[in-house]
Amino acid sequence: MNILICIKQVPDMESKFKINGEGNWYDRADLAWRMNEYDEYAVEQAVRLKEQVKDADLTVLCIGPDQVTETMKKALAMGCDRGVHIADADSYKREPIEIASMIASFAKDKNFDVIFTGMQSQDRGSAQVGVMVAELLGIAAVTTIVGFAYDNGTINVKRELEGGSKALVTTTTPVVLTCQLGLNTPRYPTLPNIMKAKKKELLTLAADAGSVGSRQETAAFYFPEKKGGGIVLEGDAAELADKLIHLLKEKTGVLA
Amino acid sequence: MKTLLVAEFREGKLRVKYSQLIAFAQQQGSEASMFLVGAPGDLPQFNGPLYLADVAKYGEYNPSVHKQLLLDVIAKEQPDQIVFHHSSYGWDLAPRIAVALKAAQIAEVVAVEEGLPVVPVCNAKLRRKIKPTTAQTVLTLQAGAFGLEDDPVGTPTVVAIDADAAGKVQCTGYEAAKIEGVDLTKSEIIVSAGRGVGKPENVAMVQALAKALGGEYGASRPVVDAGWVEHNRQVGTTGSTVTPKLYVACGISGAIQHLAGMKKSEFIVAVNTDKDAPIGEVANVLVVADLKQFLPVLTEKLNAL
Repeated sequence: MNILICIKQVPDMESKFKINGEGNWYDRADLAWRMNEYDEYAVEQAVRLKEQVKDADLTVLCIGPDQVTETMKKALAMGCDRGVHIADADSYKREPIEIASMIASFAKDKNFDVIFTGMQSQDRGSAQVGVMVAELLGIAAVTTIVGFAYDNGTINVKRELEGGSKALVTTTTPVVLTCQLGLNTPRYPTLPNIMKAKKKELLTLAADAGSVGSRQETAAFYFPEKKGGGIVLEGDAAELADKLIHLLKEKTGVLA
Repeated sequence: MKTLLVAEFREGKLRVKYSQLIAFAQQQGSEASMFLVGAPGDLPQFNGPLYLADVAKYGEYNPSVHKQLLLDVIAKEQPDQIVFHHSSYGWDLAPRIAVALKAAQIAEVVAVEEGLPVVPVCNAKLRRKIKPTTAQTVLTLQAGAFGLEDDPVGTPTVVAIDADAAGKVQCTGYEAAKIEGVDLTKSEIIVSAGRGVGKPENVAMVQALAKALGGEYGASRPVVDAGWVEHNRQVGTTGSTVTPKLYVACGISGAIQHLAGMKKSEFIVAVNTDKDAPIGEVANVLVVADLKQFLPVLTEKLNAL
């Protein structure tokens, strides 16, 4: 089987964000970077599929500046066979259709049976790229999967729905599957696998934004207004506990 | 302006949140029509044209077929904007429509400011206002961001639609949510653990505080996904929506999916090391502290009362 996994490098969401000089995105300086959490589930599911069918080749693809190869190495250490880095220092500005076009133009003549990706990124969070890749390639897509089983070309997945129920969906290859948190338990790369990953092929390709132009512009980028009203308590633990208990007595009936 | 609203039908029922779509169109002062793959016996309260495909024929989840049905209506109606919920149905179908129309898609709209849609970035820590440069736009609306004051009223003018398209996937049924065990929706006091608890052993601190307050403990999604707390205690979009008298969020940053499940609680206390965490927006009291130090002290003092 020929499998593609599309991942993104994102900042740690606990970071203190600043707005960049152009005023159209967050400042990329001084941030800790990691693999988009949803994509970790995509990588893990691909590796498990290879463990099941044995004969499979896993290509991990990432678009971005050179620093994204650090994140790609984690995917290789988790078990992907090769990496394709599409070098693009402007990727942060690109909208989902542009990213999807770059992936589709890479994938179109490679006959991938399954393309795994996260259901969304933690920073942009559009939840569009995976479905758009499938539409551009003219293949099926199932989004938000929390369960996956493969048997001889037939794929059974569970889609997560609002309220906690799940839809049972059957499809066949080729297909794009977008992975939701909780699909599996992503493995931690072992030291021997981290060492092995250093020797795996990691090809860098020049970005080809293709003929798809931009369809939207960022008119403003800002921090949401604090609604305020809330009381902020700071201090040492004992003092905080006393203040909070006082507030709970005063404002709620729960300690009565 | 013309807006086409895409309503949803699932597990044999019309999804009632369609009123949020109507609220959005009203706020824009836009003429609205509606699209639904649903049942003739279960129609939305809506004054306007309703393009209705029979769910018995076209299925509840059959994206490539629903895409064709919707594209046919768009060709006829020529709407300026096509509006979905940002939901498992909407974020699955909307990009297919955007690709086909070569239209800008703007996902998870939380507000419209100066005529332009605003979306969250980085777990709602930042906001981006977007100017589409295509004539038609495809929007998905964040759950709860738009709402009507009153229940919707009206009777739609039904236009039955059909399409000849083949599906690429097959939805064979549903697996119900597990609801055995604790039912947090009935709890008056809930103390929830978030990613900030750090490791499974620390969940005990949250449980101890819940006990001291005489309530139940819950958790946000990452803690449930990690297997530290069972799923029936998950608060948020894919867990329970709760409205207790007191909600204590421990180490929960406040992802929108979590906020949607607890923001209507009567009194909210957040314990977080990050003063700027989005949970602070809904909290009545934000305790800026490391929960590992603070919770045991608070629990001890409560037990001594």
